[in-house]
Amino acid sequence: MKKQLAAVNDFVVKFANVNGSGSASANTLFAKSIMRMGVPVSPRNIFPSNIQGLPTWYEVRVSERGWLGRRGGVDLMVAMNPQTWNEDVKEIAAGGYLFYDSTKPMPASKFRDDITVIGMPLTQICNRTYTDARQRQLFKNIIYVGALSALLDIDPEAIKKLIAEQYRGKEALLDSNIKAFEMGRDYARAEFKCPIGLRCEARDAVGDQVFLEGNSAAALGAVYGGATVCAWYPITPSSSVAEAFERHCKKFRREPETGDARFAIIQAEDELASIGMVIGAAWNGSRSFTATSGPGISLMQEFIGLAYFAEIPAVIIDVQRGGPSTGMPTRTQQSDVLSCAYASHGDTKHVLLFPEDPREAFELTALAFDYADRLQTPIFVMSDLDIGMNERLCKPLTWDDSKVIDRGKVMTAEMLDAGTAFGRYLDVDGDGIPYRTYPGTHPKSGAYFTRGTTKDRMAKYSEAGPDYIENMERLLKKFETAKSILPAPMRHQNQVATRIGVMYYGSTSPAMEEAFELLQEDGIVVNGLRIRAFPFHEEVEKFVAAHDVVFLVEQNRDAQLRTLLMTECEMDASKLTPVLHYDGTPITARFIAGAIAVKLGAKNAQAQRSAAGNS
Amino acid sequence: MTYIAKPKLNHPQAAVNTLGFTRRHYEGTISTLCAGCGHDSISGAIIQAFFELSIEPHRVAKLSGIGCSSKTPTYFLGGSHGFNSVHGRMPSVLTGANLANRDLIYLGVSGDGDSASIGFGQFGHSIRRGVNMLYVVENNGVYGLTKGQFSATADQGSKSKKGAINSDSPIDLVSVAMQLGATFVARSFSGDKTQLVPLLKAAIQHKGAAFIDVLSPCVAFNNHGGSTKSYDYLREHNEAVNRLDFIPKRDEITTDYAPGTVEDIEQHDGSVVRLHKVAEDYDPYDRIAAMNYLQAHAAAGELVTGLLYLDREPEDLHAHLGTVKAPLNSLGDKELCPGAKALDAINASLR
Repeated sequence: MKKQLAAVNDFVVKFANVNGSGSASANTLFAKSIMRMGVPVSPRNIFPSNIQGLPTWYEVRVSERGWLGRRGGVDLMVAMNPQTWNEDVKEIAAGGYLFYDSTKPMPASKFRDDITVIGMPLTQICNRTYTDARQRQLFKNIIYVGALSALLDIDPEAIKKLIAEQYRGKEALLDSNIKAFEMGRDYARAEFKCPIGLRCEARDAVGDQVFLEGNSAAALGAVYGGATVCAWYPITPSSSVAEAFERHCKKFRREPETGDARFAIIQAEDELASIGMVIGAAWNGSRSFTATSGPGISLMQEFIGLAYFAEIPAVIIDVQRGGPSTGMPTRTQQSDVLSCAYASHGDTKHVLLFPEDPREAFELTALAFDYADRLQTPIFVMSDLDIGMNERLCKPLTWDDSKVIDRGKVMTAEMLDAGTAFGRYLDVDGDGIPYRTYPGTHPKSGAYFTRGTTKDRMAKYSEAGPDYIENMERLLKKFETAKSILPAPMRHQNQVATRIGVMYYGSTSPAMEEAFELLQEDGIVVNGLRIRAFPFHEEVEKFVAAHDVVFLVEQNRDAQLRTLLMTECEMDASKLTPVLHYDGTPITARFIAGAIAVKLGAKNAQAQRSAAGNS
Repeated sequence: MTYIAKPKLNHPQAAVNTLGFTRRHYEGTISTLCAGCGHDSISGAIIQAFFELSIEPHRVAKLSGIGCSSKTPTYFLGGSHGFNSVHGRMPSVLTGANLANRDLIYLGVSGDGDSASIGFGQFGHSIRRGVNMLYVVENNGVYGLTKGQFSATADQGSKSKKGAINSDSPIDLVSVAMQLGATFVARSFSGDKTQLVPLLKAAIQHKGAAFIDVLSPCVAFNNHGGSTKSYDYLREHNEAVNRLDFIPKRDEITTDYAPGTVEDIEQHDGSVVRLHKVAEDYDPYDRIAAMNYLQAHAAAGELVTGLLYLDREPEDLHAHLGTVKAPLNSLGDKELCPGAKALDAINASLR
């Protein structure tokens, strides 16, 4: 008898669709219904740089254990796109399942012997039921969700409830969607053996977690962080940050009496103008930010240097994608680390924050505005496509109401009236951070000239060597101060003593969490350190010193964070072993554990995991 | 001369404005530009305009890009915050600054290289957004700081100091500004302070995107025969269509001109622009007619100056965005942060 995969709450379903066919909302419905059964899911959009016609995929990992990284491999393929049929069928794991639209007969050669094939005449059913072309297309998606609910034993009530929430107030749409859903479900129950080997069972493993996208979360962080000005230029995968900011602001930032906007959002003519506006607004005392991706960072270089040298706060949310050049606009990478850390000509260094998921994108973006004001410098929030454009289960967002906005060292009219000496670039208390005044503060004192040219501590133009050196050294001191302000790394300490360490950051986190367990299962004991900020906290150097081998897991080709560590901490290169994944897909636990095992010379199942995971 | 500090003493009988300030309150450090530079005359006109309007210097933010013209903000309004940004990008910095605090007066100073070449895009986009500002281009058709290369406003066929002939078409910033929706557009000549000062005053009070193209000869690199931006050439070809008086709200309006040649235009703040028509057929409120007039006279080799276009009902970027009356930079935690309770509701909607 043919082998059939069997698993409860632990499998991967992949939907192969055509972009623009309305599949996205049906697929989300599928993922959310499992989540409503108390079983964690992590869906990922794999999409082309296209609006209509090209292939798009939606991969849902169901994991009762709560593993939210991409797993790799596919157990059930919902093949709705003839264009990608061959590759889609090939990707199914041995013993897996293929669900497809059987309206048009397919030759036997198009299938595989080692998988279970479930054909349902979706187009035929739709054509029979609906006359309108658009309806035939849209309801096809809901019908297959209905069929899948039977095949995978998903609670139909959970789905109906979700549909009801989606179409609240639009009764006609609600009824027709429920009808389509039930049509699909009834057909599957009548025609197929339900459930298949893969099935869902209700659990209580989701708890109070929330399900949201990183870009929306970062935008909400900007609202909570007090940002009033957003200037941006559309670029995948960051555009939805600005769009979400507008949505959140319309809800939370209207003056109650007048309805007037307590925010200003400008879609600029390019990234240069975006960052210019951000700098102008921040210079004038408004918290401001832009959201962009790698190509935008390249364009902003000159202005970032100005903000560094003239000491103007700015928050830049970089939703990284595959580079260089236009690269892979719709794929994920962590390849802007160096171009952000050392952005602009001359000697510069910038603060980077590395959120691990949407929750941290919220938290760190909100904090970034405090850091920017306190340090008077640009702050980069290094998100990426995997975090930004996928819904992810996270702990609920939290906010401490006792926290107040920290505007840093701003000299007020009262302070000036009291006779406080003001020098814009004067280090009054040894932390390298000077006081600034907002334009318009005081009729007699506090005005100064901001410039990108060199100046003395009183902000007067000066090309004198000693003035230049003093200023540049003070900027270094300020960077040192940043270390004590920025979020400390998170330690994953093993109970068993070990001399092997793993460092990682950003969106690698969920895969790494799982990889720790895979390594453990195979007898490889490691400690972990998740880096959350640059400049590096002293814990980072201590961690490296405390281990003989340190693997550094990154999603780029050139081990960029390793370069940063070697340069900034003068670390021994031979001690830092890169583990690199950069094909544009999110990194997997199988890949990490496999690569580490291979590098450690372990000859066990890890090598196979590596091969499976690095697809 | 640049090493000589300005004397600290004021003349005891120096004229004061309604704030009790003398012109000295509106000056900056001494200019480091070449003696005879048109830009210094413009700085003088800016000082005069703010002095006469009795505007507190600290309520002005002056922004510039890079180049000779962009250096000038240090030479006026020493009590204002200034921002010498990056080449060609002053408009975006000014736009951001304006968004943060709508209560200040924004003066952008730029040059023809800064605005017509590297910054042509930002120039255009700040105008079309209707940023409430006065945007002054000190236009000499040449790159001064890098020693005499043509800029994008240099006329076709004009000759550089080294004898090269410019073969590219010039960009006329006035025409572009009108095309893109500036609500106050003027052209003047740095050597004609009687025309320039009232134009500056009216533009400062204008609540919208005001643009003034000021032809300003470069004595070092563009003041020779064959140049179309030299003092001699400009004096010869300057065709003023009108002359202005600017009467602030508080001043009494007296009429001492023959009707038909004078027109008073009341602005939103109650101030009055008094227009003395020189060319009777010029209508500065008709944008299309004004653009036609400019093109026709440019073709005839005439440089039309004066108030070229005025929208009597201007709107600015804040009006377009519907922002609150209070400056955004004055909002505090209470207005900005929705708080923990709102976040609980958000969490509940994400399950």
